[in-house]
Amino acid sequence: MSSTRDWLLTDAPSSRRQAAWGRRYRRWLQFRTNGLAMFGLTVAVILILGAVFAPLLAPQNPGAQNLAMRLAPPSAQHWLGTDELGRDLFSRLLYGGRVTLGMVVAVVILVAPIGLLVGSVAGYAGGWADRVLMRVTDVFLAVPQLILALAFVSALKPGITSAVIAIALTAWPPYARQARADTLTIRHSDFIAAARLTGASGTRIVLHHIIPLCLSSMIVRMTLSMSGIILTAAGLGFLGMGAQPPMPEWGTMIATSRAFILAQWWVPAIPGIAIFVASLAFNLLGDGLRDVLDPRQR
Amino acid sequence: MTASMIAVENLRVRFGTQDVVKGVSFSVPRGGSFGMVGESGSGKSTILRAVSGLNADWTGRMEIDGVALMPKRGRAFFRRVQMVFQDPYGSLHPGQTIDRALSEPLLVHGIGDIETRILRALAEVALPSTVRFRFPHQLSGGQRQRVAIARALMAEPEVLLLDEPTSALDVSVQAEVLNLLSALQKSRNLTYVMVSHNLAVVAHLCPMIGVMQGGNLVETISAENLRAGRTQHAHTTELRALSVELEDPEEV
Amino acid sequence: MLVRMDNLRVGFRTPQGVSEAVRGVSLTVGQEKLGIVGESGSGKSLTARSILRLLPGSATVTADKLEFDGIDVLSAREGALRRIRGKRAGLIMQDPKYSLNPVMTAGAQIAEAWRAHKGGSRRQATKAAIDLLAQVRIRDPARVAGLYPHELSGGMGQRVMIAMMLAPDPELLIADEPTSALDATVQADILRLIEDLVAKRGMGLMLISHDLPLVSHFCDRVLVMYAGRVVEEVKAADLHRAKHPYTRGLLECLPSLVKPKPQLSVLKRDPAWSAPQ
Repeated sequence: MSSTRDWLLTDAPSSRRQAAWGRRYRRWLQFRTNGLAMFGLTVAVILILGAVFAPLLAPQNPGAQNLAMRLAPPSAQHWLGTDELGRDLFSRLLYGGRVTLGMVVAVVILVAPIGLLVGSVAGYAGGWADRVLMRVTDVFLAVPQLILALAFVSALKPGITSAVIAIALTAWPPYARQARADTLTIRHSDFIAAARLTGASGTRIVLHHIIPLCLSSMIVRMTLSMSGIILTAAGLGFLGMGAQPPMPEWGTMIATSRAFILAQWWVPAIPGIAIFVASLAFNLLGDGLRDVLDPRQR
Repeated sequence: MTASMIAVENLRVRFGTQDVVKGVSFSVPRGGSFGMVGESGSGKSTILRAVSGLNADWTGRMEIDGVALMPKRGRAFFRRVQMVFQDPYGSLHPGQTIDRALSEPLLVHGIGDIETRILRALAEVALPSTVRFRFPHQLSGGQRQRVAIARALMAEPEVLLLDEPTSALDVSVQAEVLNLLSALQKSRNLTYVMVSHNLAVVAHLCPMIGVMQGGNLVETISAENLRAGRTQHAHTTELRALSVELEDPEEV
Repeated sequence: MLVRMDNLRVGFRTPQGVSEAVRGVSLTVGQEKLGIVGESGSGKSLTARSILRLLPGSATVTADKLEFDGIDVLSAREGALRRIRGKRAGLIMQDPKYSLNPVMTAGAQIAEAWRAHKGGSRRQATKAAIDLLAQVRIRDPARVAGLYPHELSGGMGQRVMIAMMLAPDPELLIADEPTSALDATVQADILRLIEDLVAKRGMGLMLISHDLPLVSHFCDRVLVMYAGRVVEEVKAADLHRAKHPYTRGLLECLPSLVKPKPQLSVLKRDPAWSAPQ
């Protein structure tokens, strides 16, 4: 154990791999000292594990209706109660996590590379490329996110796939702006000049020298905006434009049970709490990552 | 002119509406060193950036080994001409190991044999091979400048442009780097153009020195004449007096 | 004596334990020009800044004695320190670009410093500011007072910094590499200005620099620091008779304009220099 630690923390690593892992381990050591961020990480991991292993963890079939037991309060049999069709809320929450968190991950995977590429190319190339790319970005930024997503989904057909595409379409501009700002600060640095003097092409410089430096703030931005994506997805679901019933999705769950908010408050409140907890966890995680990854903080 | 490795004729560089370099000419023989001194804003670093290809916005004529340079340089140019920057903290990519920084020129130019070349380069600049997989922030300023020199030499250039290569370093480290630069010049027959604000440093390395003021090369003087005080231009005389006054107060 | 320092130690907490950057420095400063010379990491700046307790938050300071004009700096409250900092002791830093407020004119910044310590009306302060700018030998003080920091050259910015520090009539001036960002011609002017002001006002001066010849040129006494410790104290005039191998090494590795050397001698560091005495 201690030899692994020494291998990681050595001042003179003997291979590329060792140097890279050593740096990751140092960051982890620093991250571990941040209590709130560790809390965020733990909660996020629990939520994701819950979603991944939903079929094993869920006590009941999330679609199984039992009208005799509808709107039951939490009990030993139904840990979080049941909804208006008597379906077990805890099971639906676990399965809903698959849909909601899956949408978030899909959006992030779509959005981050687009934003990164658009921003860093605009920032590095400058001139008309910068102007064109950034005006396009501004157009997308100018329209409110939810409305643009709504318009897009209604043009396609409501469903998870179109919701993901719609959210991705509206979520990339901030990433591009961030990547461009990062690129501008490093574009005139000596190490980029040195890279140009090796004779490297513009593509190589952007891909090998600039994007790796934008990556850390991109990761941070991703975790910070995950909560926003959850809320947009929930909003679309709530408006009937996202996941369609009976599919369990946290936003849709609130939408379909909103009539019971006064009499059986836990039915809409439980998915609401799930959204809140997930958002909070990702936010705390993002804050912690920023402290570790942002080179300017050091 | 044909015997010179670098020939610059009537070089002008403009930033916006302002002429920063106003018609500068000089030449450096193969294996020779040319120093440029002057105060900040005199245009000395701008000349270096124009020669290196970092700034394409110039007029005039520049030749390397008899071949005229275009504003846009091809890959072959960067195999022949390399540059070392002032600040070793800023000229190395903070997220790349030394190994990565040194292999980059080899990858770009498609030079094989990376493993042995990197080990040889580290040995040449007197760095232990243990620094190979370290990151720049784990090295001292002097070690980083050695890495920067090693990187510039990876593609085996013939011309090295030195932009204040020691002014961010402690004096004891400066001596080591200057010694390294003279040793490398001898062993590889390199041609140097060195820019510095420090007269003693430039005179140590370069037999010919150009004095810049306000974008003009006001005097080209041999190190010998500079030492002896046979200066022509008032600005050269002033710079020399300031340098000598600090070095040896009794002499003035 | 303005400053008495006995066995000053400054340490930083790191994951690997406390690392000491200053390891037992003792010195006194009176109405004189004291130079502190050392390479980066020698602890020279930390030593000078600890007099004003202007150290990074992660630093721990201990000393058997650390007094400014009889006031114990280490036990003093923040309020008492504020009456020393900027008022009785001024600090001039390396780069005026970063120490001046970019959105205030030079005159306004000096006037503010003057009013903070002396009170008085806005008009009096503006007048005093222009007077101070004239004292640091700015040719057209009224015009310069209306300029913003980015409109000033490096030398001009440093003069404004000095004028600001002079506003409250300090007794001690700490200059931390005041000229290393400046050109040689400007550097000489600024140092001559500091020298004159110190003589005229009877202040104490601590000049911190990496440049041994420069410091010995302008100071009465020079302390040479190495690895957090003072290895040698020499009278500036006797610098060429310095005995410690480190000081000698520093002098010998400088390239010389007058006496060319084919090869520069390289400093060989002896572990004994940094070993505890």
